[in-house]
Amino acid sequence: MAENLNNSTEPADVGEAVIPPHHSEWRRIARVFVRRKISLIGLIIVVILVICAIFAPFIATHDPLKTDLRDVHAPVSTKHFLGTDELGRDTYSRIVYGTRTSLTIGVIAVTSSGIVGMAMGMSAAYFGGLVFALIMRITDALMALPGLIIILLIAGLVGGGIVVVTFALAFGAIAPTCRMMCGQALHIKQNDYVLAGKAMGMGSVRMMVTQIFPNAFAPLLVGMTMAMGMVVLAEAGLSYLGIGIEPPTPSWGAMVNEGQAYILKNPLLSIVPGGAIMMMVFGFNMAGDGLRDAIDPTLRGAI
Amino acid sequence: MAAILEIDNLTTNFYTEYGTVKAVDGVSYYVDEGEIIGLVGESGCGKSVSVLSAMQLIQTPGKIDSGRVIFDGEDILQYDSKGEKMRSIRGGKIAMIFQEPMTSLNPVLSICRQLTEALEIHLDMDIQSARERAIELLSMVGVPEAAVRIDDFPHQFSGGMRQRVMIAMALSCNPALIIADEPTTAVDVTTQAQLLELMNDLVTRLNTSLIIVTHNLGVVARYAQRIYVMYAGRIIESGPSEEIFENPRHPYTIGLMRSIPRLGEKRGGRKLIPIDGMPPDLIFMPPTCAFLPRCTYKTKQCQEEPWPALRQVGEKHRTACFVDIGEKE
Amino acid sequence: MSDAKNDHMVEVQNLKMYFPINRGLLKRHVGDIKAVDDISFFIKNKETLGLVGESGCGKTTTGRCILRLYKPTSGTISFSGTDISHMRDKALKPLRRNMGAIFQDPYSSLNPRQTAGSIISDPLKIHNMASKKEMDEMISELFKMVGLDPRMTDRVPHEFSGGQRQRIGIARALACQPSLVICDEPISALDVSIQAQIINLLEELQEGLGLTYLFIAHDLAVVQHISDRVAVMYLGRIMELTSSEELYENPLHPYTQALLSAIPLPDPKAEKIRQRIVLKGEVPSPANPPPGCHFHPRCELATSDCNVEIPPLRDIGGGHYVACLRV
Repeated sequence: MAENLNNSTEPADVGEAVIPPHHSEWRRIARVFVRRKISLIGLIIVVILVICAIFAPFIATHDPLKTDLRDVHAPVSTKHFLGTDELGRDTYSRIVYGTRTSLTIGVIAVTSSGIVGMAMGMSAAYFGGLVFALIMRITDALMALPGLIIILLIAGLVGGGIVVVTFALAFGAIAPTCRMMCGQALHIKQNDYVLAGKAMGMGSVRMMVTQIFPNAFAPLLVGMTMAMGMVVLAEAGLSYLGIGIEPPTPSWGAMVNEGQAYILKNPLLSIVPGGAIMMMVFGFNMAGDGLRDAIDPTLRGAI
Repeated sequence: MAAILEIDNLTTNFYTEYGTVKAVDGVSYYVDEGEIIGLVGESGCGKSVSVLSAMQLIQTPGKIDSGRVIFDGEDILQYDSKGEKMRSIRGGKIAMIFQEPMTSLNPVLSICRQLTEALEIHLDMDIQSARERAIELLSMVGVPEAAVRIDDFPHQFSGGMRQRVMIAMALSCNPALIIADEPTTAVDVTTQAQLLELMNDLVTRLNTSLIIVTHNLGVVARYAQRIYVMYAGRIIESGPSEEIFENPRHPYTIGLMRSIPRLGEKRGGRKLIPIDGMPPDLIFMPPTCAFLPRCTYKTKQCQEEPWPALRQVGEKHRTACFVDIGEKE
Repeated sequence: MSDAKNDHMVEVQNLKMYFPINRGLLKRHVGDIKAVDDISFFIKNKETLGLVGESGCGKTTTGRCILRLYKPTSGTISFSGTDISHMRDKALKPLRRNMGAIFQDPYSSLNPRQTAGSIISDPLKIHNMASKKEMDEMISELFKMVGLDPRMTDRVPHEFSGGQRQRIGIARALACQPSLVICDEPISALDVSIQAQIINLLEELQEGLGLTYLFIAHDLAVVQHISDRVAVMYLGRIMELTSSEELYENPLHPYTQALLSAIPLPDPKAEKIRQRIVLKGEVPSPANPPPGCHFHPRCELATSDCNVEIPPLRDIGGGHYVACLRV
């Protein structure tokens, strides 16, 4: 008996006095990331990039916009870690500031499309009937639009720039988010706790905010993390085509484009931003992958 | 009578991230030829895992750590789980019926195909005679218009009919033993009655042995000759079913009998006596009797000594308890 | 049964609940699933009415109609003398306070992302039953009432066992001190040794708080144990309704008789001498029920008028109602 009491993990006949240990969801998620090395690497990349974006002025060694025509196409040195470009701007500093551009556009586009898409999807699923039909037809229409051509059209009409690009990318991400949220919410709606809420007279807003949203959000978060990678890639593509970020602002896509002309003379100019894009997309996708495994209840216990 | 299947000291553990789940902990039981036995217990007591282990159908993180499963004089645990020998036993000499017929039947194959497949593999039948045999089996299990319905797909059958198809599949290769794992849990009472009567008739007629794994004491009372009661991975009581029901000797079995409402009891008549507490966590198993925290008969000895082994309390009646609870107390 | 009596908490009359089947591109209405097809009954104050039947018989739908989770196709449901069958949500909200609901599946009936305390406080918040200060006190009172440790209020549902989760569900149903509780299969998802704990808890709470129960289950033994009166449903209709003892001692409807004999008894000796009525065939689809008496295709006693005439649920004396032409 004495042996029993010494061992705290044993819910022996001490009965009601002992309450079982608390299992935290966060610890489980942390465990998944620790177990899955590739997801951990993805997460670390994302964290490093976020730090770069926030503390860009401290991490960069030069002003990314300052030209120095006496020192163009400088080689790698202790002064310029990655050399300089055709206008003598420090490539390393431009890459650091480029993180800011990419992440700003990515975060704004993904969150704004997320909010709009999730609200639409949840309303469609919750109210059903006419609301459902209407919202689903709108998303059908949105999905039928060729995204790139619309962006080119908008850019052609009002010019490019960060605002237009962000808006265009956000617009394109609404329909898929809406669809996903709608599917999730429809699934969650079938649970008895939604019925229990109705039986106690819970209003629609409260129901959506406290019952449906928290349960639908986790998979959506995974989708949004992966969407970040896609948006970053799309922004780079647009900038590469010259309709994204306007020239002086450092943008990885634009840097690849500009460096292309000097690919033989100074290959770092396009290889480094290209690699940065790849890293960011990889980072978000891998982190998203890990997140999906972490929150998948069917894997509970297996990982 | 000779035992057709004998499970000896079987231990199966599941190695999860939280620790080792001792699902089956040194379990032994046997079935005689033509006998029906019941394996009774609540969810997580190891009743299903023990039969799945015997058939080597345990998947990771589960592992059979020790024990022997003697069938036809040979230890079939020694066979390779995916090998020729094990496959000829599984579905051939020992057939299984599962709880959820929809997941055990392949939705894209016709009933005919699923029934004849086993016949062709295990009994080397040609297509025509296999089909005839399949129709015969279907009508035997009471599927009306068997010759027409044989070409239907599983979703065209109701739950009860699907379970009949499962029974037909189990019988198809004239098995020596059928293991029915919660065969009627997913169906309604009147359907349950139909299926149990059917199974009882068939195994008696064909002299097949049957293991019924169930949580429902009533299901085994009518059909089983002997009963094993399991709790927390071990057998805690075994004996002829009349003995178990009329003179239960383990506090858990006694508790179960007292806690179930009987038909015909008046409102406000007998108050149910529940078993307090919960079954133990199979990861953190105490060295003492696992039922101890919920037991109303416990003594000092129970708290000091390890979990007692089964001991004889009557002819063929065994229980794993120190306390001698008198007959008909 | 038509005049609303004072001691009837719930009065259901000619309730029909049809779910439309829509097919094709234009969602053409091609038929109805007649989940509940013209039933009438009442529940007296402080009694337990058991509703028993096999899956698809409409017992759950009946419960949900009374909770007004569904809008009935026709018929009236009056609750404490008020007709709620076609009330709007807004008018219904204050009445909902007086009705609690316990669901079958202790896993899907609790929001996995809410703590147990927050789940129980939801009804209190919705009906403004407690100030922020009183809330914690009330939650821990409710926890104690259903036999849970109040120190576990901040745990999420998956940290509780099945039986404990069902206790949380019961606490939620009772939070607003309702007079009527609809228990929809509250124990069928639980283990045998836990079922008795919950049955006893429900009985104690009824006694202590003067509750009225509608107890829906498929297990006749359990229903009989807890109910004063029992209604047996088959394919959307009530076949027989009488007191618990009478139903066991003197079942008159052939379906009730078959149902009783199908229940396996945990008693080998009684089982060996018992005659079992094994019903032929299967329950027809509620989308296309047989004409006349719904049970006639499987009935031993059926005659030619059984497939024409719908037998009314009539009182054969002493509050024993049977819907059968042959009785």
